[in-house]
Amino acid sequence: MPPHDLHATQTVPPPHPIHTLLAAFPLAFFTAAFLTDLTYVNTAEMQWANFSVWLITGGLIMGGFAALAGIIDFARNRRRVGRAPRPWFHSVLNVAVLGLALVNAFVHSRDAWTSVMPTGIILSGIVAVLVIVSSWTGTTVAHRLSTGAA
Amino acid sequence: MRTIPMLLLGAATLTLAACGGAGGSTERQLGADPHLPAINQYLVPPMHVAPVGSWAGAAPTVAPGLQVTALATGLQHPRQPYVLPNGDVLVVESSGPGTEPIKRPKEIIMGWVMGYAGAGAKGGNRVTLLRDANGDGTPELRSVLLDHLHSPFGITLVGGDLYVANTDAIVRYPYVTGQTRITAPGVKLTDLPGGPIDHHWTKSLTASPDGSKLYVGVGSNSNITENGIEAEKGRAAIWEVDRSNGASRLYATGLRNPNGLTFNPTSGQLWTVVNERDEIGPDLVPDYMTSVKDGAFYGWPYSYWGQHVDPRVMPQRPDLVKAAIRPDYGLSSHVAPLGMVFAGAGLPAAYQGGAFVAEHGSWDRGNLNGYKVVYIPFAGGKPDGKAQDVVTGFIGPNGKARGRPVGLAMDARGGLLIADDLGNTVWRVSAKGAPVATASLR
Repeated sequence: MPPHDLHATQTVPPPHPIHTLLAAFPLAFFTAAFLTDLTYVNTAEMQWANFSVWLITGGLIMGGFAALAGIIDFARNRRRVGRAPRPWFHSVLNVAVLGLALVNAFVHSRDAWTSVMPTGIILSGIVAVLVIVSSWTGTTVAHRLSTGAA
Repeated sequence: MRTIPMLLLGAATLTLAACGGAGGSTERQLGADPHLPAINQYLVPPMHVAPVGSWAGAAPTVAPGLQVTALATGLQHPRQPYVLPNGDVLVVESSGPGTEPIKRPKEIIMGWVMGYAGAGAKGGNRVTLLRDANGDGTPELRSVLLDHLHSPFGITLVGGDLYVANTDAIVRYPYVTGQTRITAPGVKLTDLPGGPIDHHWTKSLTASPDGSKLYVGVGSNSNITENGIEAEKGRAAIWEVDRSNGASRLYATGLRNPNGLTFNPTSGQLWTVVNERDEIGPDLVPDYMTSVKDGAFYGWPYSYWGQHVDPRVMPQRPDLVKAAIRPDYGLSSHVAPLGMVFAGAGLPAAYQGGAFVAEHGSWDRGNLNGYKVVYIPFAGGKPDGKAQDVVTGFIGPNGKARGRPVGLAMDARGGLLIADDLGNTVWRVSAKGAPVATASLR
């Protein structure tokens, strides 16, 4: 048995592409929602606030699917390797992102100015920062898992 | 990862939070100086609509000294009754044009809620004529006077000209006394703000006592400018239309959704009932009844009940807020008044000189409000006293809505006609013991 085969038994397979693909949506949508909120606050043009609430809703739906894919990914790795690390930081951040985004969707469903100012845009900003950090840690987790460095 | 259970828990918490908006006593909001609590923008605004039931042979409850009969049943979403000089009763059967686009996820949810309340029922888009020639209280003739209309609501006759206010135009038809079917094509008198959104679509219509002018209520195109202020051009206003040439001007503005336009026969003043704004609490803002002053601004969207600023409108207009005048009489919050008529002769003495108001009923407070017809006594041309329940029982004992009152009219023999758009009925309320006939003059 060649040595590299022995090494391979300790390596975790990379995250399923579907997990990576789905996780791109909340990253893009939630950060974009903060930008459309900013534009609304600067213009008072309702259509920008409408964009925000669709982006937040889309981020919630795709983020929910991404979380599901992440859980499946984790379970799959654990079964194959047995000692895949629990991505705690990544998971807690994602729960915070989706929880705050849900509250933000309701705030953005108010009518006119107060759907964004001040609570809505503050939440959009916090969610945008958290989803960037969470995606960062997600990539790191994926890297560690795929190199077996965990 | 416990994302899904956490989300479910969050959703449950939000649902519980929504139950806080039951709404307090409505008594303090009746009259010229209603109690106005602080604004409360709920995370999930309270929503409660009565599920749809049916009369099943039952009838509304009337105050002592009155009786009620069904003048006509099986109509298609009747919204407005109108009595012709010969005693024939017209019924406008209508529903919204359905042109409001989905602009936000919220509107999908709202569509479900309103559908649950029966608001999705398709109206006849027609005017039906009822004739009770033998005076037994049951019209033996029912004829479609006009059909293929475009979400009509208001209707009024001046001489030989019958005006129908569709949601996008006032149309004139020639009418000859005794006619049961009009085949002549209508002539457009003037356009009215209709699509593409048409949030508040009902165009209430009345004529000045001398017949020279028409007054038409044009509701706002949003709850509180969430469709953009540019969508509100010519809206939230009462238009005055010259009958001779169709020229129009804004007679009064800042009236969010004015309906039940009618002239007080004793004072000659124009009156209306107005649906005020939603989603700042179960007890804000009180809907109201008011005399309409030429050139006056009543606050919408910038402020309510005088100078109470609405923070949801941007940019704000302090100059207009300063100019806003207070309406005459609060009806309490979210009752949704859609019909108003001054009492006529033939009713008991307790109902002389005042006005009846039909309250279609609330959807955005926990405890239902409205779903009844009330009477407000008047003295010296002004409301004088608390609104009294006259016709109730639209919510059945099982909590289901059997009917919802909309437009009102008085017939020549002291009968109060009520269009019930959920029960598809026109009710007639009269003095107990009086003949139930609608009474033709022929």
